[in-house]
Amino acid sequence: MFSKILIANRGEIALRIIRACHELGVQAVAVYSQADKDAPYLQLADEAICIGPPDPAESYLNIPRIISAAEIADVEAIHPGYGFLAENVNFARICRDCGITFIGPPVEAMQLLGDKIQARKLAQKADVPIVPGSEGTIEKDTEALKLADKIGFPVVIKAVAGGGGRGMRVVHNDVSFRSAFYAARAEAEAAFGNGSVYLEKFIIEPRHVEVQVIADNDGNALHFYERDCSIQRRYQKMIEESPCPVLDERTREKICEAALRIIKKANYVNAGTVEFLLDKDKKFYFIEVNTRIQVEHPVTEMVTDHDLVEWQLRIASGEPIELSQRHIKHTGVAIECRINAEDPANNFSSCPGTITRYIPPGGLGVRVDTHVYQGWTVSTNYDSLIAKVIVHRQDRAGAIATMKRALREFVIEPVKTTIPACLEILSHNLFVKNKIDTGFVERNF
Amino acid sequence: MAQENADLLKIKELIEMMKENDLAEVEIKHGDDKIFLKRSQPQPPAITAVPVIAPHVSSALSGANAAQASVTEAASSGPQQKTNLVEIKSPLVGTFYATPSPDSEPYVELGSPVTSQTVVCVIEAMKVMNEIKAETTGTIAEILVTNGQAVEFGQVLFRVKPD
Repeated sequence: MFSKILIANRGEIALRIIRACHELGVQAVAVYSQADKDAPYLQLADEAICIGPPDPAESYLNIPRIISAAEIADVEAIHPGYGFLAENVNFARICRDCGITFIGPPVEAMQLLGDKIQARKLAQKADVPIVPGSEGTIEKDTEALKLADKIGFPVVIKAVAGGGGRGMRVVHNDVSFRSAFYAARAEAEAAFGNGSVYLEKFIIEPRHVEVQVIADNDGNALHFYERDCSIQRRYQKMIEESPCPVLDERTREKICEAALRIIKKANYVNAGTVEFLLDKDKKFYFIEVNTRIQVEHPVTEMVTDHDLVEWQLRIASGEPIELSQRHIKHTGVAIECRINAEDPANNFSSCPGTITRYIPPGGLGVRVDTHVYQGWTVSTNYDSLIAKVIVHRQDRAGAIATMKRALREFVIEPVKTTIPACLEILSHNLFVKNKIDTGFVERNF
Repeated sequence: MAQENADLLKIKELIEMMKENDLAEVEIKHGDDKIFLKRSQPQPPAITAVPVIAPHVSSALSGANAAQASVTEAASSGPQQKTNLVEIKSPLVGTFYATPSPDSEPYVELGSPVTSQTVVCVIEAMKVMNEIKAETTGTIAEILVTNGQAVEFGQVLFRVKPD
């Protein structure tokens, strides 16, 4: 096990990693920008190094400053968290070249799976169904339109280097195709520096189902079952749960095994998530692999009672996975609500400001992952996530009831948050009856 | 001329007296003559004025360096003297070096004059030696870091008394 690592991230995930480090007896070095200088989790870290001004480009995204901090603190490894540099191939490569272990997949696996087209090809080789679509990138809108007609509308134009729903356009007919094609390319170029796009059939009213996996350096891989993340708004997840409430055992087994086949074929190491779409006939289609720990990882931790960040540290330090799949069990139902500083009544516009009154919820089965405290100022520099509330109860009805009780208790003043929107969703008839899909939020709210 | 010399001697004596008795201000009136002397505030006991986070950085250092660093900080001014001093802060994360090479003289010392282009130190980051310029004009009044010390972004390295 490492004796000292650096966390190249901030906020709740930095705190999460500090906690896993301390349980393993690993010293945690935190880096921070001047905007985060008063964050209390820095006091929990064994060392804290200021790496720059608030602007992420000058701090959390600044590779030279982070590597320099790693060198002066003399750490053995870097945990990139999620977002920022977590899926940056260049950063992973630089860590390797500097003799610092990157806590995540090898450069080659990250590069392969980070290219959505290569990932789709790999899935096919692994005998995993993919969404019907283009073989590779499509350069001309005429070529794309021909393929769209062949696959059948509606189709979705997606960025090869994409993520977070950017560089994506759903097109329902050939009339709007050309402008959507160019818009998607422009957005992809702006967001990812790569305007290449590909085409997929748009699955009607799908569920987003993802499988949590880990793999070690010896090729052993385990899954921790699935999460259903269908409650999304503009491709940003709002509510996640495990298990997926509409999966039968047979399909669960098939989808989890499909995920492991992809991971093994990619020679993937460490924690990752394989994403699928589930259509109305319970058929699943591979979408992409997220080569990092995810925001919603606590949902899986609650139902399986495994510390995923600890697994990341163990695998990265060279420990083999000594458990077998039959040791991984899931019990009960866990739900997570992401609480953002956004005003649902005002089109979810972000609401920065100082939180003058903060009282988090508690009680049986309630977990709150946050860096926020009374007096914290939510700034515009970074994402608007304030806290993650995760509940775990014996069944879905119990989990929903506990989550609603917890959200009602949660005091965050005076900033506006997405708590009211979460409460509405949790009370919605369709959500309760499991008749939802990824378009549910935008259709009903 | 003789009168001026005598006056100067008196003033010097007064200054000595003020120092010995730890006086901040002295005003002496003698008929129409008045002399008023004000001394900059005496040093308060050394309270390290660094932020809470800094101890984490210095714990990355060897014990010797850490001890030296805190001595330098203690010897530097208390809060009152900082109001007119210009701070030179680290623009990088890395290792501070006061000298161009192990055997040479430091770039600057206490009392060294600096202009905006004067190189005051080197900060090594990822094997690259970055020359740090003063970017202000004046005299080095305080040096807050020691050779080989790890420094973070924004850490105060020097305080300069402006001209």
